[in-house]
Amino acid sequence: MNLQKAFWIIAIIIVLALAVFGIEKAGLKPISLLEASLLAMTPLVLTAVGECINEKAGVVNIGLEGILLITSVLGVFGAEVLGGGVWGLLFGAFVGAIIGFLFGIISVYGKADQVVAGMGINIFALGFVPFLLMAIWAFPGIHLFPRELMVRPLYTPIGRVSPVTILAIIIVILAHILLHKTVLGFRIKAAGERPEAADVAGIRVDFIRIFTATLGGALCGLGGAFMPLAWFGGVVKEISAGRGFIALACVVFAGLEPLLALAASFIFGFAEGFAYAVAVTPGVKEVIPFYFVNMIPYITTLVVVALVIGQRRFPAASGQPYTRE
Amino acid sequence: MRRFQIPWRPVLESVVTIFIGLIAGALLMIPFGYKPLDAYYALFKGAFGTVEDVLETLAFATPLMLTAITFAIGVKTGLFNIGAEGQMYMGAIGAVAVAGLIHLPPGIHVALATLAAMLAGALWALPAALLKIWRGVHEVISTIMFNWIAFHLSMYLAIYYLAEPGRAERTVPALPTARYPVFMEGSSITAVIFVAVAFCIFVYFYLWGTKAGYELRLAGENPDAARYGGVNAQKVLIMSFLIGGLAAGLAGASQIIGRPPAWSLYATLGNISGLGFDGIGIALIGRNHPLGGILAAILYGALQHGGRFMEYHAGVNSELVRAINGLIIIALAVPEIGAIIRRRLKR
Repeated sequence: MNLQKAFWIIAIIIVLALAVFGIEKAGLKPISLLEASLLAMTPLVLTAVGECINEKAGVVNIGLEGILLITSVLGVFGAEVLGGGVWGLLFGAFVGAIIGFLFGIISVYGKADQVVAGMGINIFALGFVPFLLMAIWAFPGIHLFPRELMVRPLYTPIGRVSPVTILAIIIVILAHILLHKTVLGFRIKAAGERPEAADVAGIRVDFIRIFTATLGGALCGLGGAFMPLAWFGGVVKEISAGRGFIALACVVFAGLEPLLALAASFIFGFAEGFAYAVAVTPGVKEVIPFYFVNMIPYITTLVVVALVIGQRRFPAASGQPYTRE
Repeated sequence: MRRFQIPWRPVLESVVTIFIGLIAGALLMIPFGYKPLDAYYALFKGAFGTVEDVLETLAFATPLMLTAITFAIGVKTGLFNIGAEGQMYMGAIGAVAVAGLIHLPPGIHVALATLAAMLAGALWALPAALLKIWRGVHEVISTIMFNWIAFHLSMYLAIYYLAEPGRAERTVPALPTARYPVFMEGSSITAVIFVAVAFCIFVYFYLWGTKAGYELRLAGENPDAARYGGVNAQKVLIMSFLIGGLAAGLAGASQIIGRPPAWSLYATLGNISGLGFDGIGIALIGRNHPLGGILAAILYGALQHGGRFMEYHAGVNSELVRAINGLIIIALAVPEIGAIIRRRLKR
């Protein structure tokens, strides 16, 4: 981690601390702000860390938004059919893995333009999700499920924390170890940097890329199922609300480093939690229209990306199909 | 300027991918107990069954050929501009403001409302271009963020400043002086389709008939050659975003002052949302060509109009059409499909 990165992260954390202090003055308990931030962080970090891994291997998936949408609906469906919130999370991850796997197949063997195909997933989801809501529950645009299916939070000294959030942080650490300390991590990086050299060294670039795309899809799917099952308690047809792209911003911010992706996700999650806090704070909610509060996460993303971007270096073969000669 | 020929191979590739999309769409219907053949029969009969249906299909195609331009001109410049959605929202707001609140003589009013919408769209496109030039922010991230900001901003403006008194669900309707003439009583098609087609043709001539258009395409196809040739990359980038924004703004206007019976914007943005993203698929089916985009928009307009019949007769949610569009995009992204067709053609 170079000096500039460290500087920006410290600067942002100071701003966040000041914001917490300000909100406390305004009469809102910061503990609930922290709870909201951690909830908002979780789908972002799961999605971002998966994308970090598959981008390292040279697969760029901008269809994350679509995967989040589809898996949020199918996660709820899975929870209702299999009879439990945890099953719903697993089912969401499973569906995400399938989408990621298919994306890997068309990227590697179909030599697809990954950006176009990823956008195809997003647009597919825009239509498929309302279709699914009608086809499964025969109700347009929204579905609420029984409270018993919610994944319960844990009560910790810093407030209520979802077990999925803790799992997400563990996954980040594991992803860091995977990429930097293991042979598989070395192979993943080789597949993204110099696929022809990796191939000569006996690494199956195609398997590596499909594996990472599947893993990325599964993590994204877990994040998608998390939103209704451990956070909102229901699913609407625009539930992802740009989070797939905010996660992409995290990936860009992090330069594909899982630990930095966690930091970025916390910053954007905080922006969202801050927005929720503002929306309910007496004295503020009457003055600032709710519509402007809703913009906070997007404006934050633009500002942060514009400030830190520029010196990021991505794998040489990122997004490029690789053909064996 | 070279003579225009119909490029058969891309046309065939698009047709094949459309079939792939429709077949995949049918596969999605089966697990839920729908009957794909009945659904598609209702869809195509609904889309082309009568003259009125064809006109309705064209009404659906109008905004789509424009949002397709936004994406297509981006691709021609080497950009992935997916900001048509937000630029279209702002265009709709611009149209509502001028058409609904200001009193002007007929003719001038329509023109000014259209112009206001286009300028609003272009202005909303500009920050993404500047962020790219100044800070290197990738347009995929910036345009999506601006889409969401526009979503909330236009709902705010629609509800706080432009709402029709006593009817919270929509904005003030466009005054009769600001409306494009309707072709036929009871149909949704208005003269705005001529403006839309004219804009597509204008973009075609701009790209293939002017020096600026040549520079734009060169920058997209071969950035190095463009740089050695003295093309100002920043100017090209801004032009690409601005023209895309004008097109998206016009698309927004077409739904406010060019589409009965509402002549206004719903407070949920329900009557325009999604048209910007649909444009991405249409641009790709039309091979990122302004004129190809017109044909693709008519096809997709048919799917959208026919989709309502599919929903009524076969019970399949009409949003499935958008899912099929996504599947077509994925199929188009795979060059191997094109390669198979090329091998077949050679034989």
